[in-house]
Amino acid sequence: MSPSAVSMTTTCVIVAIGVTTGILAGARRKMDLEQWTVGGRGFGAVLIFLLMAGEVYTTFAFLGASGWAYSRGGPTLYVMAYLTLAYVVSFFILPQIWEMGRKHGMQTQADFFSIRYGNKYLAGFVCIVGIASFVPYLQLQLTGLGMIVSIASFDGIGRTPAMVLSVVLLAAFVFASGIRAVAWVSVVKDVLMVFAAVAIGIGIPYTYFGGIGPMFVALAHAHPAHLTMPGATTNLGHTWYISTVLLTSLGFYMWPHAFGSAFTAKSGNTLRRNAAVMPLYSLTLAFILFAGFATVLVLPGLPNGDLSLLTVVRTSFPPWFLGVVGGAGALTAMVPASIFILTAATLFSKNLYRPLFAPAMTDDQIAKLARVMVVVLGLISLCLAIYSSSTLVSLLLTGYAGVTQFFPGVVLGLYWKRVTMVAVFAGMIAGVATSIVLMTGHWDPLFGWSAGFVALCLNFMITALLSLLAPRGAKSSHTPEASLVTKVLE
Amino acid sequence: MQARKPSGGALVLAVIPFAAMCFSVSLWDRVEPMLFGIPFNLFWLISWIVLSSLCMRVAYQMEITRNKKNGDPG
Repeated sequence: MSPSAVSMTTTCVIVAIGVTTGILAGARRKMDLEQWTVGGRGFGAVLIFLLMAGEVYTTFAFLGASGWAYSRGGPTLYVMAYLTLAYVVSFFILPQIWEMGRKHGMQTQADFFSIRYGNKYLAGFVCIVGIASFVPYLQLQLTGLGMIVSIASFDGIGRTPAMVLSVVLLAAFVFASGIRAVAWVSVVKDVLMVFAAVAIGIGIPYTYFGGIGPMFVALAHAHPAHLTMPGATTNLGHTWYISTVLLTSLGFYMWPHAFGSAFTAKSGNTLRRNAAVMPLYSLTLAFILFAGFATVLVLPGLPNGDLSLLTVVRTSFPPWFLGVVGGAGALTAMVPASIFILTAATLFSKNLYRPLFAPAMTDDQIAKLARVMVVVLGLISLCLAIYSSSTLVSLLLTGYAGVTQFFPGVVLGLYWKRVTMVAVFAGMIAGVATSIVLMTGHWDPLFGWSAGFVALCLNFMITALLSLLAPRGAKSSHTPEASLVTKVLE
Repeated sequence: MQARKPSGGALVLAVIPFAAMCFSVSLWDRVEPMLFGIPFNLFWLISWIVLSSLCMRVAYQMEITRNKKNGDPG
C-alpha cells in the first residue's frame, strides 16, 4: 500500500470506531429531553472526567497551542496556567450549580439565569450571547478538522469533503444518543490523543536533537528571547499574561456546554473530586508544546503556525502514525463540535423559542425541535467553515470575551443575596458591548491588558454598584415570577 | 437560593495556585536555570500543575469532612 493509502485507511478506521461507539452509547435507553441533554443526571466520576476532558482538548489545544509555541513562543505558556486555574475555580461553582440544578430541574445555563433571577429576557440574552459565541468556536473546530484530515491523508481527502462527512457523522451520533454519545466518543479520542501527544512530544526532540534537554539548549542558543514573554511578539508581556489567564480561567466554565456538564454529575462531590484530578490531564499539553518548540528549529519559516505540528509529524513519522494522528485529530474536532451543537440546539429550543414564542410546548416537542436544530446548526457551521474568512482567531477571542461576561451573574448569584436581576442584566450588556467595541476596534490588548478582562472588570463594577444601590428587601431575588418559573418547570 | 459558603481553608488553598501560576509571573518567567532539560518557566508551570492538583485534593477532603459534620452527604 502507498503511504497515503495506509494513513487514510488508519484515519477512516479510527473515525468509524468513534462514531459507532457514539451511536451505540444511547442504545436501549429512551432518549427523552432529560436523558438527551444531561444523561439522566447519572454520570459518575469516570464519565464526567472523560466528558469534561473531551470538551477541553479541542483542536485548539492540538494545533493552536503548538502553533503558538512555534509562532509566538513564551506567551503560549498561558495555556498551561489557565486550564489548571479553571479547575480551581470550578471547585467553587460547579458543585453549587449542580445542587441548585437538582433542586430546580435545570438542564441548561439559561435555566440557571431564568430560575435564579426570574426573568426570561435575561435568560434569552444569555442564550443569544452563548449561541453567538459558539459559532466561531465551531467554525474553528471544522476548519481544524479539514486541515488535519487533508494533511494526514497526504492531500488524498480534500478539506471540504472531510468537513461535510464529519458534520454528517457527528449529527448522526448526537441525534441518536445525545450527551452519552459525546462522553463515550471522548473515551476513544482521549486514549489516542494522549498516546499521540506523548509520542510526538518525545519523538520529535529525540529524532532531531537527541533529547528534550538538548533541544531546549539549542533553541535558547539560537533564539534567546523565544522561550520567555513576550517571545516573538511585541505586546504579549506579563500584564497580558495575568489578565488573559484571569479572563480565560474565570470564563472557562461559563461556556454553556462546560457549565451544562455540571448537571450530568451524580453528586456535587463527583465534581469536587474532578477539580483535583483534571489539572493532571493538562500535563499532556507540555508534550504538545515540546513539539511546537522543536519545530522552530526543524522547519523554520512555515507561513501558518497552526500547521506546524502536522507538517513536522508528516516529515518525521511513518504513515500509519500519521493516520493515527489524523483519526485522533478528527475525533478531537468532532467531540467538541458535537457538544457545541447539542448545547446550542437545546438552548435555542428550550430557553429561547419556547419561553418567548411557544409557551405551550411540551418537553417531548422541545426534544424534537432540538434534534431538528442539530441538523440546522450543523449545516450553518459547515457553510461558515467552508467559506471561512481569515479572522477566525479574533472571532474566537470575541467569543471568550462574550461568555466570560456571565461570570458576575453566576458567582454573585450563587453567593450574594443582594445581587439583583437589573444589576446583572445591565452589567452583562455593558460587558458584552465593551468587548465587542474593543475587539472590533482593534484595541486588544488595551494598554497591555486583555480586552475581555477590561470588559469583565467593568461588568463586575456595574453589577455590584447597582445591586448595592437597590433598596434593601424591596427587590429580593426571589421574585414571584421566579417561583412561577420553578413551578412550571416542576 | 444561596449556595453554602465554601470553608476558609478551601479558599486559601485555591488562592495559592493563582498566586503561583498567575500573579507572580515576572518572578519565574526566565529560561535559566534549566531543570531536567526544561526551561525554568515551563518547569515551574509543570510543577504547579501537580501542586495545584494536591491543593484541590486537600480542599476536597476539608469540604467532605465539613459536609459530613453538618450531616449533609453533598
